Amino acid sequence: MKRSLDTLQPGDCALVREVICQGPMRRRLRDIGFTADTTVTCLGRSPLGDPTAYAVKGAVLALRREDAATILVDDGRDTTWD
Amino acid sequence: MGLTRTSTGRAAARHNAPINEEEHTLLLAGNPNVGKSTLFNALTGLHQHTGNWSGKTVTTAIGSCIHKGKRFTLVDLPGCYSLATRSAEEVVARDSICFDPAERVIVVCDASCLERNLPLLLTILEYRPRTILCLNLMDEATKNNITIDQKRLAKKLGIPVVAMSAGRGKKECLKLLDALDTPCSTPYEVRYHTDIENYMTDIQALTIEAGFTRQQARVLALRLLDADTAFVERLAAAYGCPAALRQEAQALADRFQNAYAADSSHQPIEDEITEAIALAASLLVQNTVTQEVRSAPGRVDRLLLGRFTAFPLMLGLLFLILWITVKGANLPSAWLSFIFSQLEALASRGLSAIGLPPLLVSLCCEGVLRVVGWVVSVMLPPMAIFFPLFTILEDIGYLPRVAFSLDRCFKRCHACGKQALTMCMGMGCNAAGVVGCRIIDSPRERLIAILTNSFMPCNGRFPMLIVLLSLFFAASGILTAVGLGGMILLSVLMTLLIAKLLSRTVLKGVPSSFTLELPPYRTPKIGQILIRSLLDRTLFVLGRAIAVAAPTGLVLWLLAHISIGTSNLLQHLSLFLDPLGQIMGLDGAILLAFLLGMPANEIVIPILLLCYLNGSTLTDYASLADLKQILLANNWNTVTAINMMLFTVFHWPCSTTLLTIRKETGSFRQTAAAVLIPTILGILLCVTVNAFAFLF
Repeated sequence: MKRSLDTLQPGDCALVREVICQGPMRRRLRDIGFTADTTVTCLGRSPLGDPTAYAVKGAVLALRREDAATILVDDGRDTTWD
Repeated sequence: MGLTRTSTGRAAARHNAPINEEEHTLLLAGNPNVGKSTLFNALTGLHQHTGNWSGKTVTTAIGSCIHKGKRFTLVDLPGCYSLATRSAEEVVARDSICFDPAERVIVVCDASCLERNLPLLLTILEYRPRTILCLNLMDEATKNNITIDQKRLAKKLGIPVVAMSAGRGKKECLKLLDALDTPCSTPYEVRYHTDIENYMTDIQALTIEAGFTRQQARVLALRLLDADTAFVERLAAAYGCPAALRQEAQALADRFQNAYAADSSHQPIEDEITEAIALAASLLVQNTVTQEVRSAPGRVDRLLLGRFTAFPLMLGLLFLILWITVKGANLPSAWLSFIFSQLEALASRGLSAIGLPPLLVSLCCEGVLRVVGWVVSVMLPPMAIFFPLFTILEDIGYLPRVAFSLDRCFKRCHACGKQALTMCMGMGCNAAGVVGCRIIDSPRERLIAILTNSFMPCNGRFPMLIVLLSLFFAASGILTAVGLGGMILLSVLMTLLIAKLLSRTVLKGVPSSFTLELPPYRTPKIGQILIRSLLDRTLFVLGRAIAVAAPTGLVLWLLAHISIGTSNLLQHLSLFLDPLGQIMGLDGAILLAFLLGMPANEIVIPILLLCYLNGSTLTDYASLADLKQILLANNWNTVTAINMMLFTVFHWPCSTTLLTIRKETGSFRQTAAAVLIPTILGILLCVTVNAFAFLF
């Protein structure tokens, strides 16, 4: 079931499906590692609740809630692992 | 050309050593914060500032080194994630990689997140088949239980792969230059969608007549698909492609694009291309890297970014640094001040003895030497302590975490959280802070950050605040540090307020998107930092003191000794400014001192003293107690001191910062705004405080 990245709770893990924003931000998000089938882990929120830190491809990236909402993920259960 | 490190000493000797005139130019490219500058510094012996955060290097640096009789010129490019030209750094990097005549490109990758780094390498490989891959930060990767099958990776990519940890020093980094001779086989080629591959073959067939290689044809084919005509034109010119052929190729590309878009089973071409590259990177990593994924936040982050611990720890750290600065500066300050007062007496006697007229002796000793002496003894020690401490914090990787914690406040004010990073830089030097604003992508948010950067009291203004606090308010070092911390909090508050005000009025806009990388904590090289930043800072401040303080001392002395009517020029000027000064709870002399101190804020207090002492008396202000007596004799009270501190923080930026702002914004109006905003704010604050003091 697809949901947006910002719904992940700290400690949750998911697979990126697609980035739905357009323009430069879309390109940037994909450049920094949010491409299809990438595993994302929500590490924790900033002390003020936003932004949130995510582990992607070995790096830690902070995204604001609105930006994270443009990344669709699912828990990967209905896809096969290889 | 002046006397620089490279033109003197050992470096000069090295230049004269006989070498084979074999020249090689190397470009260093890679993602942000993978250690390009560390590698560059180790090889060239230069001192590009490095720090543990993405975007530290925002300009291109060039240096050279000689190894085994060959001279290598290295170009350190700003870090970028791709060559998509979203930001200024990416344009610089792409243009260098495409058009620079340099013979090799070295792509530096962080071994602990190779999958994220590889897409850039694969893109660069399309332009430059003879690229070298430098797997940097191997020590960190090993620590994280990541092993990379280097040989296999090299074989798959078809290029030399060098694994190293640039932080270990020059010897380690030279491995890279040795690898230049390793032969390259067929470079790895990303396989795109079959339709795209077919189109590329068509372009290749079309351009083979004009002498295009397969690689050049593929690059041209891909770039024809972007809408960037200007770039394609430059590319075609570089490849020697006639205009007619280019148009033919463009027509082919347009036809292909239309046909491709017509098929509804296809995703957009740009996505298809980036996805193919990401997939290739992922496959390469699966075949060569074994790793345990980092998934839980470290213990340190749980503390430093914890909901209840983050802000107390941030404040505590700030306080600790300020306290060490205040405490540590006392002793060297006293020594230096003693040395300079002795020196002045000695110089005065010596110069008189060789028969210089008394007027000239007074000019040298009281005008020049005294101002320089003040800067060195009072201003330099706190600067020389604060700066290295700050650099350590930067090297550990704490600064991006500050931005992470504070982003929400900035977002509320419609600004970018990365502004917190540039503000931290501003505490070192506002000019550096302004340059650092390049890490902010949105032009509107960048301008806000530039305009408000001078709100952060820089290294040159800290000591002034310390002197005022310790004279009028705080008996102990701890209280001084608390007061100083309070001033910084006020600056942050004002920055947020003005950012909000600007976003509501002249710089309207919504907060733009934001991505911030949180680097792993790294152990700082404390010894190296201490030596480097102590030396760099000391030399810089000394140089500035002599270059700026000395002439200003001269001008002041002249102003004090040229009389019109009954009083001298200095008195005339300060009388002229006095009404405004009085409204602000200051006086004319203080405003004059700030005006004349524009080249360097370090010299504001010595100028003020010369105004008060009128350049004629021989009162010695060797100790701070004497200083207080002079100030009290000129009608200072607590309110004056408060206003002076406020105005120290909120007034026009120094001339270096202004020149930098002019360069960064390219606009005279915005530079004027950078002067007016803090000045008006400072005047308003001072007038308010003064009015309150008057009423109660």
